[in-house]
Amino acid sequence: MSVRATVLYDAPGPKGRRLNLTITVISALVALAVVAWILWTMQANGQLEADKWTPFLNPQTWETYLLPGLFGTLRAAFFSIILALVLGVLLGLGRLSEFAPLRWVCAVIVEFFRAIPVLLLMIFAYQLFAVYNMVPPRQLAFSAVVFGLTMYNGSVIAEILRSGINSLPKGQTEAARALGMSHQQTMRKILLPQAVAAMLPALIAQMVIALKDSALGYQIGYVEVVRSGIQSASVNQNFLASLTVVAIVMILINWGLTSLAQRIERQLRAGRARKNIVAKVPHQPEQGLDTKDNVNVDWQAPGYTEIKNPGQ
Amino acid sequence: MDALWADLGPDLWPAFWLTIQLTVYSAIGAMFFGTILTAMRVSPVSVLRGMATFYINTVRNTPLTLIIIFCSFGLYQNLGLTMADRGSPTFLADNNFRLAIIGFIAYTSAFVAESLRSGINTVHFGQAEAARSLGLNFGQIFSRIIFPQAIRAAIVPLGNTLIALTKNTTIASAIGVAEASLLMKSTIENHANMLFIVFGIFALGFIVLTLPTGLALGRLSTRMAVKK
Repeated sequence: MSVRATVLYDAPGPKGRRLNLTITVISALVALAVVAWILWTMQANGQLEADKWTPFLNPQTWETYLLPGLFGTLRAAFFSIILALVLGVLLGLGRLSEFAPLRWVCAVIVEFFRAIPVLLLMIFAYQLFAVYNMVPPRQLAFSAVVFGLTMYNGSVIAEILRSGINSLPKGQTEAARALGMSHQQTMRKILLPQAVAAMLPALIAQMVIALKDSALGYQIGYVEVVRSGIQSASVNQNFLASLTVVAIVMILINWGLTSLAQRIERQLRAGRARKNIVAKVPHQPEQGLDTKDNVNVDWQAPGYTEIKNPGQ
Repeated sequence: MDALWADLGPDLWPAFWLTIQLTVYSAIGAMFFGTILTAMRVSPVSVLRGMATFYINTVRNTPLTLIIIFCSFGLYQNLGLTMADRGSPTFLADNNFRLAIIGFIAYTSAFVAESLRSGINTVHFGQAEAARSLGLNFGQIFSRIIFPQAIRAAIVPLGNTLIALTKNTTIASAIGVAEASLLMKSTIENHANMLFIVFGIFALGFIVLTLPTGLALGRLSTRMAVKK
């Protein structure tokens, strides 16, 4: 694909294209050399032998270790995301409340849980639940993981929602108040729906973080995907292979969610009022920077048809 | 309370000092590699862009716990990478400390690269076009026009990355680096009746580390903001 102009460089001419080709060849060679060196090191340490990797072709490895671990990860992430969304909405609205003490309390909670590491929260929650017998012993680690993730992600979601509501045009609030809506009604019916829609990509990105952070449960003995990977590795003596497989599984799940977030963001942007002319320019997400085409012209989604007359 | 303090007091500063060391070394390394990654990510050479994108997407979607454990089990035990002198009495501690730093650098540099890239993206296109029409070459445009504006816009995301790194260093306890969270875990188990106090002490330690950083960088970014 041709290189488009960005803020850093113009579209290259013949000389620039020759230079780019040279760099392409050199960097491809360097990359190949690095890959070869990695493979050679693995070979020299016996990590490429078949018996390190064949356990993953055996359904038993998956049934006994990896799938229960993956289930643990997804279960912890699922519950903490749901609870964090509830907590986030409550804290976010609390910080925008008309009642000053409630605003301060919510602000302190949000800032506190954002400032301390999630791992400390989990260790604390584990002991707290254990000492005061707050949950059944079998659910101790799970509850601690969910508690830590909920408090942290809930606080972050509160901040996301607050900034989303604050970034809405002031006219929205003014119009709602002019119609006689109360503060609560304005929030619930006017501001929150718009903020959630605008912040949807950020919210999904936060879910990816919650899913990744559930691996912190490893340290308090929760059986999640990393721990189950380690357990299967101790049986088969293949730590490197096992961790690689676990990493690939996690990357695929998170990458799916990230792509969803990007897709929603692009659609939201396409739905916003256009300030530029709309032209059929190629959309180039892989350019790294905004291209000149993207800056000066609004990108048109494939299959987009402009409806000028609603009756059409 | 006295028993708790007798246990905790002498170990508290060394543990937090290790947290600070982990943060500072990893931040310097991540800044270095993150800059290289950014240069690759925004270059006109599509192979370099592809490699940087692949690395960033891979690392950002991997749990940090897994990366840190991989550094110990994968790099050290399976591939025999040692970062310290085997003969020295503190071999295990030094080695784990340095392996953890490698993990943090590998992870954080992806976030640094994304922050720097978002900084470059805020520079208005007309700035570069005006510079080009004045006849400046790439080096001049970058160093005089784009970089000064981009780095100002990147202060906030870089600061957030630094704060996240400070908190992430607790994960080094997964491979036995004796930083703050490992000390908290052992203390809270031995003094379960005072768990709120123990938690409070360590939470305060991290608030002292992260909150001033956030405030200072926020103020800096407002002062340095590019007026448009």
